[in-house]
Amino acid sequence: MKPLDPRLIRYAGATRGYLAACVLLGLGGAVLIVAQATLLADGISAAFSGHGGITATLVALAGVIAGRAVLAWAQEAAAHRAAAAVKTQLRDRLLAHLVRLGPGWLTGQRAGELTTLSTRGIDALDGYFSRYLPQLVLAAVVPAIVLARLLPADLLATITIAVTLPLIPVFLALVGLTTEARNRRSFRMLARLAHHFLDVVAGLPTLKVFGRAKAQAETIRRVSDEHRRATMRTLRLAFLSSLVLELIATISVALVAVGIGLRLVNGSLDLRTALLVLILAPEAYLPLRMVGTHFHASTEGLAAAEQVFSVLEEQPPPRGTRTDVPAGPIVVSDVTVRYPDRTVPALDGVDLTVTPGEVLALTGPSGCGKSTLLSVLLGFVPPDSGRVCVGDADLADLDPDVWRRRVVWMSQRPYLFAGTVADNIRLGVPDASDSSVRTAARAALAEDFLDARVGDGGAGLSAGQRQRVALARAFLSDAPIVLLDEPTANLDGESEAAVLEAVRRLARGRTVVLVAHRPALLTLADRVVRMEAGRIVERVAT
Amino acid sequence: MTSPRSWTPDGAVAPAGVHDRRVVRRLLRLASPVAPRLALAVLYGVLAAGSAIGLIATSAWLISRAAQHPPVLYLTVAIVAVRTFGITRGVFRYLERLAGHDAAFRVLTRLRVRAYGRLERLAPASCALLRAGDLVSRFVADIDAALDVLVRVVLPYLVAALVGALTVGFVATMLPSAAVVLAAGLLVVAVGVPLIQHAAARRADRNTAHLRGELSAATVDLLRGLPDLVAYGAAGRRLAALAETDSRLRAAAARSATGVGLGAGLLTLAAGACVWAGLALGAPAVSTGALNSVLLAVVVLTPIAVFDTVSGLPAAAAQLAAARAALARVFGLLDQPEPVTEPAAPVTLPEPPYRLEVCGLSAGWPGGPDVIHDLDLTFTPGRRLAVVGPSGSGKSTLAAVLVRFLDPSAGRVTLNGVDTRDLAGDDVRTVVGLLTDDARLFDTTIAENLRIADRGADDARLRAVLAEARLLDWVDTLPAGLDTMVGEQGSRLSGGQRRRLALARALLADFPILIMDEPTEHLDEETADALTADLLAATRGRSTVLITHRLTGLTEVDEVVVLDGGRIAQRGSHDALVAVDGPYRRMWSSLRVSTG
Repeated sequence: MKPLDPRLIRYAGATRGYLAACVLLGLGGAVLIVAQATLLADGISAAFSGHGGITATLVALAGVIAGRAVLAWAQEAAAHRAAAAVKTQLRDRLLAHLVRLGPGWLTGQRAGELTTLSTRGIDALDGYFSRYLPQLVLAAVVPAIVLARLLPADLLATITIAVTLPLIPVFLALVGLTTEARNRRSFRMLARLAHHFLDVVAGLPTLKVFGRAKAQAETIRRVSDEHRRATMRTLRLAFLSSLVLELIATISVALVAVGIGLRLVNGSLDLRTALLVLILAPEAYLPLRMVGTHFHASTEGLAAAEQVFSVLEEQPPPRGTRTDVPAGPIVVSDVTVRYPDRTVPALDGVDLTVTPGEVLALTGPSGCGKSTLLSVLLGFVPPDSGRVCVGDADLADLDPDVWRRRVVWMSQRPYLFAGTVADNIRLGVPDASDSSVRTAARAALAEDFLDARVGDGGAGLSAGQRQRVALARAFLSDAPIVLLDEPTANLDGESEAAVLEAVRRLARGRTVVLVAHRPALLTLADRVVRMEAGRIVERVAT
Repeated sequence: MTSPRSWTPDGAVAPAGVHDRRVVRRLLRLASPVAPRLALAVLYGVLAAGSAIGLIATSAWLISRAAQHPPVLYLTVAIVAVRTFGITRGVFRYLERLAGHDAAFRVLTRLRVRAYGRLERLAPASCALLRAGDLVSRFVADIDAALDVLVRVVLPYLVAALVGALTVGFVATMLPSAAVVLAAGLLVVAVGVPLIQHAAARRADRNTAHLRGELSAATVDLLRGLPDLVAYGAAGRRLAALAETDSRLRAAAARSATGVGLGAGLLTLAAGACVWAGLALGAPAVSTGALNSVLLAVVVLTPIAVFDTVSGLPAAAAQLAAARAALARVFGLLDQPEPVTEPAAPVTLPEPPYRLEVCGLSAGWPGGPDVIHDLDLTFTPGRRLAVVGPSGSGKSTLAAVLVRFLDPSAGRVTLNGVDTRDLAGDDVRTVVGLLTDDARLFDTTIAENLRIADRGADDARLRAVLAEARLLDWVDTLPAGLDTMVGEQGSRLSGGQRRRLALARALLADFPILIMDEPTEHLDEETADALTADLLAATRGRSTVLITHRLTGLTEVDEVVVLDGGRIAQRGSHDALVAVDGPYRRMWSSLRVSTG
């Protein structure tokens, strides 16, 4: 990734202001560095020769030092403000974009990764904003101002610095190019070795069962030693770049110092100028050296930003705009859906008509495409080919929000939010009255625990209770179409009977498509459709 | 000792308090065999920083002396010194970093081996992290914090302390008053600034911690619950609420930014003050003759180079806080009391056949109440038993006691009449085996995963147990066969295949008594039913205990024990239990009704 990705400015506007602040503060800092060096050279040379007082110099110097301290403080404070603002902007954009990409894109695994990314991942940008970015600006600003000050004072020293300074990035690039490939190889091996320790620790109970746990201690010592040797081989190369950087910087300063010393002896230079050069020469190299040091503080944050950008560049699925949903059957014609990471299609030319008022059961082995078909009906997953029509309207033309107001859906594992059960039931109708929530809960056999608190992710309720809360959501909404995905999966007998009863009530007067594995559920259906490998293989009227 | 409660069962860490400070000392004790290498790293560090300071000090002297127009010959030594310092600084810095990392990695190896040895005794009962997968990776990362503590904190501070003391002494030989100011300035940067930054960071944390928590919970809800939210048209509202929390977090962070920046300002001020004092004190000393004028520039400019060395310390100290918390978690875990007392002189394992008896057994997990109460059970050769009951009825606790992962709190378990507490735990586990739903598959080949149970097993034997677990047909379709890598935690296998491989491994170990604890948990219904049938077929004729909350296939076992609230509620054959009114019949009949 580039040191300053333009996308950071595009996606997080606060970066622009901060960058401007960094440049201003950096310019101010550089001017003060030059002023401090000038005053020090003045003061030392005056005291050295014994001509004149240095009181005025000392007062001015105190002012300059105070100024530098204030700038350092302001820089740090600005960095923290900017980091907070940028993180907020990036996070808001990321989450809003994820909602636009929708559940069809955001699979379970991605949801976990992106949760980490949008919290801890983005937080890693702190190091980038408070250390790396300001240093990058300083590396550009300070050498220029220092050289501008030195030029009128001493041409030779200016030329020496101006010639050696660009050597640093050039050598860094050269060393970097030759070592990068090798580093990557070594780091891959390191990751593997580190992984071994994790594997063994996590597997301890298993190893103990087979009496193999104690013997692993020696393996860990051996692997860990290999790890160290491999790491050191990598580091010997990785640290070379900073060695080169340090060598160029310090040897140049030494050359400049010796050069001005010799010119002082033969009288072609005065002490004041010599001191100015000696003080300023290291300052010209310092910011570049620090950029290397702070680079590590920034890599993690930059990697996170990179991930955020790649998500933001994902195209959300097109949204229809038609807002009148016609009545009539739902007709699925020749629908095929392929998931990018699978070789076989999840749905393979499915034809199906759901007539208003019927209860249709989908059955078949796991992975045969039942849940995908529900996702298509919900509009979560657009068909790769074929189409779904509702009455005379293509589902793709309908505004998905409007369409989903006509549909209720219950997944295999409904998600419950922290709060009360009643809050959870209100999910689709936030302003529903207490009495209508209670009626819905009663219908879903969830009235007993209506006032219970729900922990994060539904904690505190049993699987059966969670299903019934989700059913109550469906009862509360008056949507005419109901999609149920194995509403009795993972339930023991008693809970299953209760959920079945609730489903039976919900089905009255509505169009229902339900995914069913257990025979009890199938008894509710008017019609059973059996699927295998993404195709419909059997249609049975019951 | 770190309090045993510092690693609570849910993985949250209690405030470590005063124990936190001893963490670094404990780490250094562990590091003592590596001390010579660490000392070498410090020496290189001192030489590197000394070169940087020497470069500026000698240059300052060289220029001042040169201004007096002496013969060039007089300057030769200084010129050579300046050039030498110019080279040695980078070289020594390079050596310091290599030596420091090498020493730190050696300490890391010692810590890993020590931690593993301890965990081996604690696992799994005293070790919540082994029961919650994601905590293991944090534990492993926590151990790596030792590297940060040594390389980024301990070594820089040692180097800075030595270099600081040497430089103060060096300046004192020229101008003692300037040396005093320099010493004070260095202390401010090494100690004062870190303290201020720590306080500011804590205040900022207090202001933002609850908002961070809220934001992270809201993010989890939004992304995990997105399908439900979108389906019910509630995503927009959630998103708006989340953005509102986020903007409050942003405002809180901005408010504390001013305080957080103070440390940086103070650092710059301290460095500047020392330079200023050098000039303010040095100039009068030159005019009174107390300071040789040639040395004035040395006194003024030396501090600039020293502060270049110590300016990294506040950042190092800030790292220490995080790294120390990580190490405190590690040591806190290692200090947990062992869940099982191994006998000082273990009794020799009795000869087969084995009869395992449980008399009046009560037990609970460390630090918790008893989960099972007063159980009596007998396991005789060839007999198959099922333990059923709702989750939380104590089934897994019973299994843990039987394989000696836990000690009984009352009653006893005997093997052919010998109390298992008098036997070595590893010996007991050669007789009593355990197969759980989370049996670990290691990131290696199918064959290697099996051979954990029996190192010497040949391929024919492996194929035989795979066939028993009904996995051989699938393995034969794989191009690499037995040498197929299973991936991390068996990720390249399906859920059912993972369980079957774990079953094959347990069969290979050929335990006289095999306990299967919820072997079909988290599988879908179809797979679970098929696996249960195969499990029962494969263990026919062996002493087996099937622990489950599902009732499928229990007609096959000799006795069903129904646990409720940690006590035996009912026992008997499946047919006998179904014939009488009781919890088992209620569970069974509701299942019958629902499956039509």
